[in-house]
Amino acid sequence: MYKEGEVRIPSGCAISAVISRYGNKMTGEKIIESMIPMHDRSNGLGGGFAAYGIYPDHKDEYALHIFFNDKYRIEECERILKDNFEITKAEIIPTRKIPEITDEPIIMRYFVLPFASLLKSLQLDEKEFVVRVVMKINTEVNGAYVFSSGKNMGAFKAGGFPEDVGKYYKLDEYEGYAWTAHGRYPTNTPGWWGGAHPFGLLDYTIVHNGDISSYDANRRFIEMFGYKCTLQTDTEVITYIADYLVRRQGLSFEETASVIAAPFWKTIKNKPEKEREKLKYLRMVFPSLLITGPFSIILGFNGGLMALNDRLKLRSMVVGEKDDKVFIASEEAAIRTMDINAENIYSPMGGEPVIIKVKEGKY
Amino acid sequence: MSIDYIYSEFEVVRNQNRCTNCRACEKQCANGVHYFDNDKKIMLADESKCVNCQRCVSFCPTHALKIVKSDCSFRENANWSEQTIKEIYKQANSGGVLLSSMGNPNKLPVYFDRILINASQVTNPSIDPLREPMETKVFLGKKPSSIKRDENGEIINNLTPQLELSIPVMFAAMSYGSVSYNTHKSLAMAASKLGILYNTGEGGLHEDFYVYGDNTIVQVASGRFGVHEKYLEAGKAIEIKMGQGAKPGIGGHLPGTKIVGDVSRTRMIPEGSDAISPAPHHDIYSIEDLRQLVYSLKEATKYKKPIIVKVATVHNIAAIASGIARSGADIIAIDGFRGGTGAAPTRIRDNVGIPVELALAAVDKRLRAEGIRNNISLIVGGSIRSAADVVKAIALGADACYIGTAALLALGCHLCRACQIGKCNWGIATQNPELVKRLDPELGSKRLINLMTAWKHEIKEFMGSMGINSIEALRGNRLMLRGIGLNQKELDILGISHAGE
Amino acid sequence: MITIDAKNTRFDSLNETIRNSNDDVEIVNCLGQRFIGAGLSNKSLTIKGTPGNALGAYLNGANIEIYGNVQDAVGDTMNDGEIIVHGSIGDAAGYAMRGGKIFVKGNAGYRAGIHMKAYKEKIPVLVIGGTTGSFLGEYQAGGIIIVLGIDSKKNIVGNFPCTGMHGGKMLLRSTCDKISFPKNVNTRAATKEDLDEVITYIKEFCKCFGYNESEILNEKWTLVSPDSNNPYKQMYVQN
Repeated sequence: MYKEGEVRIPSGCAISAVISRYGNKMTGEKIIESMIPMHDRSNGLGGGFAAYGIYPDHKDEYALHIFFNDKYRIEECERILKDNFEITKAEIIPTRKIPEITDEPIIMRYFVLPFASLLKSLQLDEKEFVVRVVMKINTEVNGAYVFSSGKNMGAFKAGGFPEDVGKYYKLDEYEGYAWTAHGRYPTNTPGWWGGAHPFGLLDYTIVHNGDISSYDANRRFIEMFGYKCTLQTDTEVITYIADYLVRRQGLSFEETASVIAAPFWKTIKNKPEKEREKLKYLRMVFPSLLITGPFSIILGFNGGLMALNDRLKLRSMVVGEKDDKVFIASEEAAIRTMDINAENIYSPMGGEPVIIKVKEGKY
Repeated sequence: MSIDYIYSEFEVVRNQNRCTNCRACEKQCANGVHYFDNDKKIMLADESKCVNCQRCVSFCPTHALKIVKSDCSFRENANWSEQTIKEIYKQANSGGVLLSSMGNPNKLPVYFDRILINASQVTNPSIDPLREPMETKVFLGKKPSSIKRDENGEIINNLTPQLELSIPVMFAAMSYGSVSYNTHKSLAMAASKLGILYNTGEGGLHEDFYVYGDNTIVQVASGRFGVHEKYLEAGKAIEIKMGQGAKPGIGGHLPGTKIVGDVSRTRMIPEGSDAISPAPHHDIYSIEDLRQLVYSLKEATKYKKPIIVKVATVHNIAAIASGIARSGADIIAIDGFRGGTGAAPTRIRDNVGIPVELALAAVDKRLRAEGIRNNISLIVGGSIRSAADVVKAIALGADACYIGTAALLALGCHLCRACQIGKCNWGIATQNPELVKRLDPELGSKRLINLMTAWKHEIKEFMGSMGINSIEALRGNRLMLRGIGLNQKELDILGISHAGE
Repeated sequence: MITIDAKNTRFDSLNETIRNSNDDVEIVNCLGQRFIGAGLSNKSLTIKGTPGNALGAYLNGANIEIYGNVQDAVGDTMNDGEIIVHGSIGDAAGYAMRGGKIFVKGNAGYRAGIHMKAYKEKIPVLVIGGTTGSFLGEYQAGGIIIVLGIDSKKNIVGNFPCTGMHGGKMLLRSTCDKISFPKNVNTRAATKEDLDEVITYIKEFCKCFGYNESEILNEKWTLVSPDSNNPYKQMYVQN
């Protein structure tokens, strides 16, 4: 059986997220529980979480989470890391042995800082440099896979149901101001852990539900800019698109949403002039980054979340709030699990982004 | 009779029981096939003149006529076909270069027919194009590589001029002179009603058609016929013709017999004088010279028109396209070896160039590998025959398609491939006023609109079945394609998997 | 008249300034800027220095006078106007020129007057004071090419003149003994009537560069004209 990257595997999913607008910390307990009522949206072939604000002691370093098939890959990979980074800490990510999760790889965590002299000589900014090293490891070191690479955040994922994956990674012991979760329903997969979601690059993580029809158009475009879609999954390509538009092109999250879920030309035509011109411009400049087919995604980033449905709203997505918290999930039941008294529950329109940012200075 | 006698290729079969001697066939045939025999009081035919254009068949009021391929055959073998033998006789008799028209008719692989299209089942939904929005609009032109903002953080519109098309199909270059006034008028009227563009070809633009300027691409070829400042300003875009799929590396040559009246004035050469387009542009002997021509046209039109560079698909097309993408051109048009022509040496037409499907795949891949696909839009032509071909071309990576032969068929062309004779009974490839009149531009444009409307529906059906509701998401989406009966090399070049994979 | 110092200016901004000027323009320190006067209709340009390629492309009525040499493709597809060069010009001058006049004091490079055409009263004229390179008047379909060979010891034109010529005419101020012309053209000694037809252009040339008209005329001339408007008619057989 082929793993992700060797063949394209469509999948359906459950997604869930919570964020505190004031940056108040929460353990992973609630987000794990939220996945239980959506159990049947996953099929046990992958689950995962992303957590923001969890490494306050290393908040200025990049936290790399890496899967290794065996210990020999560690040496090979660490050689690359040492060539490029100052490694301030390296450790095995602590896990809980549970019968539901088996066949585990070696899972390491490194806190790193790029060498300033290298950045200068390569004329690269820090983030671009990190992206290139991550791409290098993931494409060149067979058996090593960087699945998380942002500052003060981390992705945790594995084969299995999401609620078991959360337990396995001891996420109840982490505290973050924002969490996203994903339960996967792939049509087929040997259960390679790297293929589970969220998918992350720098601090951008995506959890996503749906099987997009624009995949290869998006992939072949984004690969022009140094990204390599090694997993052939929708989530991977959407993450790269977000990174390209937000980080490299400097678009706002709203603008990014109107590229990937661009309004129909008819809708654009009826907008007020200034907005019309802007929407038209964005759609004309980035036609190949329009994503079609069903999707609901939650994009996590340092300081916020963005939730977005495809423009026909072919997937379910519900938003609710309570006090400082905002909840997003595939089903209302998941939100009610996190807070039974959640208010203002609604389903955003197709293509209408929901962007929640933590108050400045609070994360 | 004699050594150079060749039995007619076609026979006219007349059902004498139905024939009323109305002589309609005689009036319809500019080649002079039909005549009335006063002694016998019946219609007879000189079949040696017949090109099988089906005009008489279509216009016989009693349906008394049919044209059949003659069964008078040589002793053929697999190596020496009848066609090959006849060609030798013709050359031995005349000493002439064989001259043909329309596209390569030979049995070479048609890759479009070896590609199958995907559809959604279960994992994502198909979309019903009759009820849900389905977008086919495209913009052609260079896209900026980065977003610029003003001091207030507002995005600055830094887009260079773009061509807006309601569907990714345009009418290919066919010059006034090689085709008739009414053909151009039909194409221009249809393009403006459809929200697409037609292309003047290299013969200039008749003054009557300046009103269709917003739906016109004006072409500049090596002969520079009819090229002047007003002409360059007239269209929405300018196309530099470097080559043509039907005759790569060969120039154009419109015989003096077609340079009459308005054609002469439009081309600005005297009546009866041959219109010769040399094979190369004599100011372009190298790729940096192309940049010079591109920018001279931009300067002359104050950077308001996108520049298209049209080339034939030859072996090294990917590298050539990459050079063009860096020349300042906004759009590249590649024309495959099945593309039509009003006249081309037979040997060139049938032996030079490569299939557009392979060229397109190679060009799109190369431009992406170099990270410059966004610098340029890609139009493909050279026998796009149906909506299915359009969808496959877009999925392979094209932004839009040119159709030439298909458009002429809509106007009545029966593909008799005798354009070079100038006696087109359908009023298309002729300058004879009596024949030109036969093509009614109102009806012609209506038929073109019908064809494009039908294709648009079909394109939407394909997209809907793939779960794609905007053509942008189909462009370059090769995962939607599978090969059938292709070898690994062919699949690699096309960048697609085999059916079943 | 406004004066533009073109030093270190790129062609696009120089040409924009020219287009936007309401007055005639003098360009000094011109060095390699391309497309000067492209499509220009109602202005006079004076250029000091060496303008770049495609000077006066699609020129549409403007006058350009250059004090210096000119590079390749001057007057490409020019429609109307006048280009006067106090120096020599590069290759492919007057390519597909369809109207207007080009006067050159010095020599021309290869393929001068290629594919010049004409229609009724619209007749382009190219006058070269010195000699020309090979392929003069290639595919010439109309218009008048005059070469004077003033003070020249070389052949007045290079090799293969008039290849594919099928219209217009050429007047060469030489007996052309050593020149080999292709079969598709006729050559003969020019008569006074032949010269009278083009006398206005010769006068204009002399006026531009200060030559004595009778000295120029007082020489043996050759007239070249195409044999047929349809040089390739016999080449093909319908298939």
